[in-house]
Amino acid sequence: MSAADIWNIVLMQGFAGLSLFSVLLLMGLGLAIIFGQMGVINMAHGEFMTIGAYTIFLASTLVQNYAPGLMPYYFLIAIAVAFVLAFGAGWLAEWALIRHLYRRPLDTLLATWGLSLGMQQTFRSTFGPKEVSPTLPDWLMGSWAPVEGLDIPINGMFVMGLTLVVTGMIFLLLYRSRWGLRVRATVANRVMANAIGINTRKTDRMTFAIGCGIAGVAGAAFTTIGSTGPTSGSLYIVDAFLVVTFGGAASLLGTVASAFGIAQTQSITEFFLTGSMAKVLTLLTIVIILMIRPQGLFAAKVRR
Amino acid sequence: MQKLRQWLITSDLASIAILAIVILVVMPLTADIFRLNLIGKYLSYAFVAVGLVMLWGYGGILSLGQGVFFGLGGYAMAMFLKLEASDPETTKIQSTPGIPDFMDWNQLTALPTWWEPFHSLTFTIVAVMAVPAILAFIIGFAMFKRRVGGVYFAIITQAVALILTVLIIGQQGYTGGVNGMTDLKTMHGWDIRDDSSKYILYYANAILLFAAIFVCRMVQRSKAGTLLLAMRDKEDRVRFSGYDVANFRIFVFCLAAVLCGLGGAMFTLQVGFMSPSFVGIVPSIEMVIFAAVGGRMSLVGAVYGTLLVNFGKTYFSESFPQLWLFLMAALFIGVVMAFPNGLAGVWETSVKPRLLRKRVAAAAQPKSPPPPPATLPTTEAAPASPSGAGTSGNVGPATA
Repeated sequence: MSAADIWNIVLMQGFAGLSLFSVLLLMGLGLAIIFGQMGVINMAHGEFMTIGAYTIFLASTLVQNYAPGLMPYYFLIAIAVAFVLAFGAGWLAEWALIRHLYRRPLDTLLATWGLSLGMQQTFRSTFGPKEVSPTLPDWLMGSWAPVEGLDIPINGMFVMGLTLVVTGMIFLLLYRSRWGLRVRATVANRVMANAIGINTRKTDRMTFAIGCGIAGVAGAAFTTIGSTGPTSGSLYIVDAFLVVTFGGAASLLGTVASAFGIAQTQSITEFFLTGSMAKVLTLLTIVIILMIRPQGLFAAKVRR
Repeated sequence: MQKLRQWLITSDLASIAILAIVILVVMPLTADIFRLNLIGKYLSYAFVAVGLVMLWGYGGILSLGQGVFFGLGGYAMAMFLKLEASDPETTKIQSTPGIPDFMDWNQLTALPTWWEPFHSLTFTIVAVMAVPAILAFIIGFAMFKRRVGGVYFAIITQAVALILTVLIIGQQGYTGGVNGMTDLKTMHGWDIRDDSSKYILYYANAILLFAAIFVCRMVQRSKAGTLLLAMRDKEDRVRFSGYDVANFRIFVFCLAAVLCGLGGAMFTLQVGFMSPSFVGIVPSIEMVIFAAVGGRMSLVGAVYGTLLVNFGKTYFSESFPQLWLFLMAALFIGVVMAFPNGLAGVWETSVKPRLLRKRVAAAAQPKSPPPPPATLPTTEAAPASPSGAGTSGNVGPATA
């Protein structure tokens, strides 16, 4: 094995880590808003991601059957639709369920678990129990090979790019918009926020819905990597919660950092061990670190 | 007669007695052995639900990893039974006789050393209780001493459940993988599969369950039980009074874990196998709903809840598999939104006062109008706050 080969392996391994990082981050972002900012445990988060994934599948089927000419472009529009649908579903869930339970976080957990079961069965009844994958536009397929022996998959790059865009937008929204200001005020001190005229109920609903919308985008992006089934959402949920908790619940920067750390740990251990042992090792490390430092990597300075 | 009626309605001993009649007499008389074995399986889940009443209802700590302890107890028992089932005589067609079949399939040539002690039944019985207790102690010590509770505890226990599932499935040479440990036959030469032993196991399970209920009732009535309730509702005040909140929480977490381990062992004995599908996140949360449906404050209610949910599950997933998940969803949401104290709560607030009023009215009719309901005898379940465990003050980790 020459030096160039080793270099290529290192590069591809690094890319695999980055790719996993963007997947974890994209999963975690919506939850970072819902759980990190609002403190709501949304066990149905994975199912909101599945909404996004099925939207892409529907869009691809529709476009393929009725407007094959639009094939190259539909994906970007479908992502927007996925956001809107998941946003709507989140809005509805907050109105029907979550808003009654803000004072009982553990009960929210059970209620949203029930919601996720219901959503899973709805997906199963609508789309069938089999896993489906959308027909992807050609520009998402294949890989990019800048030099001999180096293969970088395009879908991985796409997910990374999308993660970058979504993260940027969330930072902008949270720190540069009126809505972000209201959210942060409500998180810091709900009573005071109410007193100065912020409609915290409306803010809550908007925040929850936006978090769900981002979950929808994440689910849409994951269709480029894997197939979608009725229960695929439940695969992500523990990882997503760990990413957010590990980063420090109220800190968005912490979520980014922890997603990076977890992804790198896992992809590096995966290189040396089997997949399941790498997963066990990574999770165990996170749990042990969380036991030693329960507030996570970046603790927010909030007076409680 | 009046006194008996009064006692039947109000005393918690009477409710245990009624449950005992249902489980020990009515069920064995009405159900055939197949159904009874199924009920026995449900009753092994009831250990977990009873543990959750202590942990969640009284302690205010929701663990989403009770399946871990259930699984540890179950696997400990399964390992003993598996070793006995794979003696060199019956496994002589394997390339290495005398080791469990799944090890042989995975090219293991010798029994791993940590399997060796499970040749002994005494060790196994100790392990069924001790292994969950030790793990619970480690988790509880690390978390409660750092004042982690509520939501964070739930997430971390959930992660532990995921870790154990992935580990069991990944290490199939040592654990049997996805299929788990199957073909369990005898216990010290006693066949656990024939009908008479199923009856014996059912009764053993039921009696153990009642022992568990009595132990929990003792804890509830002791000072520790009162302190647990106090901690759930106003943690800081208990701390300011000079108690170490963490120690009580660790204790109740370990107690619940031991109960889960016992339940797991009884499950393995009655069902005849153990697999990772009883360890993971989904079964762990389902076990929480057993306690929630029965009433998170009521030990007896938890048993009824377990039976009810499992009967429903068996019936619906056989006849209307489509409907079952929707029903389960409705159960989760409905219990949380409308009946936070479950069946026991409905009994306490709606059925019992009505029964009592009838009696009081009948007794008082010749003399005076019925007394106001405020004079009704108050019972033990009265301090249950309607909002339940979720109201405990300290939710997140104590951030400085």
